[in-house]
Amino acid sequence: MTQKSAIEKIWESHRIAPLGESNDLLLIDRILLHERTGGVAMQSLEDSGRVIRHPSHVFVTMDHVVDTIPGRSDTTQMPTGKDFITVTRDTALRAGVTLFDLGDPRQGIGHVISPEMAIVLPGATLVCPDSHTCTQGAFGALAWGIGSSEGEHALATSTLRVQRPRIMRITIEGEPGVGVTAKDIALHIVSELSSAGAKGFAIEYAGPVIRAMSMESRMTLCNMATELSAFTAFIAPDETTFEFLKDRAYAPKGEEWVRAVNEWRKIKSDPEAIYDEDIVINATDIAPTISWGTSPQQSCPINKRIPLFNEVSHRDTQESYQRALTYMGLTPGGRLSGLRIDAAFIGSCTNSRLPDLRRAAAILKGRRVAKGVNAICVPGSSAVKAAAEAEGLDLIFKAAGFEWRESGCSMCFFAGGESFGPKQRVVSSTNRNFESRQGPQTRTHIASPETVAASAISGCITDPRRLGART
Amino acid sequence: MKPLRQITSIAIPLIRNNIDTDCIIPSREMKSVSKHGLSEGLFAGWRYTEIGGRTPQPDFVLNDPAFADAQILLAGENMGCGSSREHAAWALSEYGIRVVIAPSFNPIFRGNCVRNGILPIQLKPQPLAESTGPLTVDLEACCISNEAGETWTFTLDDEARTMLLEGLDPIDITLKMLEEIESFRTHDAESRPWIYLGKASLT
Repeated sequence: MTQKSAIEKIWESHRIAPLGESNDLLLIDRILLHERTGGVAMQSLEDSGRVIRHPSHVFVTMDHVVDTIPGRSDTTQMPTGKDFITVTRDTALRAGVTLFDLGDPRQGIGHVISPEMAIVLPGATLVCPDSHTCTQGAFGALAWGIGSSEGEHALATSTLRVQRPRIMRITIEGEPGVGVTAKDIALHIVSELSSAGAKGFAIEYAGPVIRAMSMESRMTLCNMATELSAFTAFIAPDETTFEFLKDRAYAPKGEEWVRAVNEWRKIKSDPEAIYDEDIVINATDIAPTISWGTSPQQSCPINKRIPLFNEVSHRDTQESYQRALTYMGLTPGGRLSGLRIDAAFIGSCTNSRLPDLRRAAAILKGRRVAKGVNAICVPGSSAVKAAAEAEGLDLIFKAAGFEWRESGCSMCFFAGGESFGPKQRVVSSTNRNFESRQGPQTRTHIASPETVAASAISGCITDPRRLGART
Repeated sequence: MKPLRQITSIAIPLIRNNIDTDCIIPSREMKSVSKHGLSEGLFAGWRYTEIGGRTPQPDFVLNDPAFADAQILLAGENMGCGSSREHAAWALSEYGIRVVIAPSFNPIFRGNCVRNGILPIQLKPQPLAESTGPLTVDLEACCISNEAGETWTFTLDDEARTMLLEGLDPIDITLKMLEEIESFRTHDAESRPWIYLGKASLT
């Protein structure tokens, strides 16, 4: 029998019909929408006189545009945000899909709440008009980001016409050192493979380091696959996955749960499966990692100097290297550690889940954010926020001088409302350090929540191991 | 969608690697729940002297009058990386761009282009940038030529090529297969009942 990868198996089990040389018509099990791109997709569908084929498989959240300051309403700091919220709400209600609205305890960032409620399940296909949908591949699902038009297609037909990706396996071996998290591993991989390094590929993460990871860490790792231009990322489900999903709102129950888990255990790659690319990364060699430029590939170990051009010339042009340094106000070979910062941000679909907040709080406990540093924590979902408050994490963040916010995407990106300001240097647990991503001319360094916390305390970019990061 | 068979135009050279969709259309320029009204915001961060302003940045290529009516854009590696926002394709299309040529594309951006009548051609842009005068892109022949008679061929998968040539709406095509889709779902529901959520299944 042909040996197959798990991704191929899920793909084939969803193939309704082949569509020529490299495309297939695939069944889509779950559609997730948000107010930034979902409202326009549902409205456009309505305008064309079409209907959502299976509304019970469609879930809508408010995360991208909503404010995260306490006491928020439909009125947003983003000048026209209210339109996005109301159009999304109205079209969702008319279509009869499930809406997690403002004020709903289930509201939050799509890629945080979908796992929380077991909307995503092993072996399922899930799409969302959001590039970080690959996050949910951590559950052994085939989950990928699409555009709004494809969103309309999925809504109207419960299918997508998709080009088959090639498969890349990335095996992570070794033992991550103290203070080295899934975020550091993800940044290390992007800096090694480049921002286009997995273009055309679906990545299967495998190996002992993955098996030992919590679901939250797996999500962080898979989340950054889009920063490699991958189609998606995937991790075969195991007992950690099943343990996480059991008894959650949309998980199967009773006998159906037993039957489902039996099926899910079969979702793994055959031992002799052939991969189009097969890469091994040794986690023992990875240090806490932080970005220095304006693309996630422009990252390096926090305790090293900014690379010289000849060290990165295999993936950066002279122009993009110089442009990034000028934008960031840095010099070739300069030190990152010790660089004064203006702000610290913990949040986003990459790093805003309960364990992320716990690890950051462990560093913040009993300490104060340095004078002049604007420090903000935005839990990934209303449920994460409530759980964090139940164990007193909010008090630690607040006592340290962090703002404690309502859940949402918040300042992961600048939508025209809140921003960090020109030339402000921010250490951020988010996923993109593009030019003006967090505000006009804002200088973003992406890193783990631990590095953000340690840097906020010191007032400068700081290796979290110096402040006692333990995991 | 407007069919695309042949385009003759000069090409705008914006050959930078990793042009992300935040650069193509900054989030702050996506002001309304609409696919329209976006061309002014195209490349806003590079095109104007200040954030939110509309004073042209004189040294940015889009502001060069020589390229005012260009329909072809030349870009670098990993074009359209980052956010999945289809507004990037809508803004390009509204601005008048029908062809983007780059050594590689981000997959979501590439798909968004095809669905909005923009032809993504995977090709090294430098030789085209060095060519003088207009280029003719012929999608039927999968060939680019210039006035000097030089030619470059490219490939595109059948699905994308047909959609672009005919200006088809993929939803219409897929809806013709509805019976097959529903029959597939019925069978699938027997082996994976937990996927099929009725209103009653939520406890």
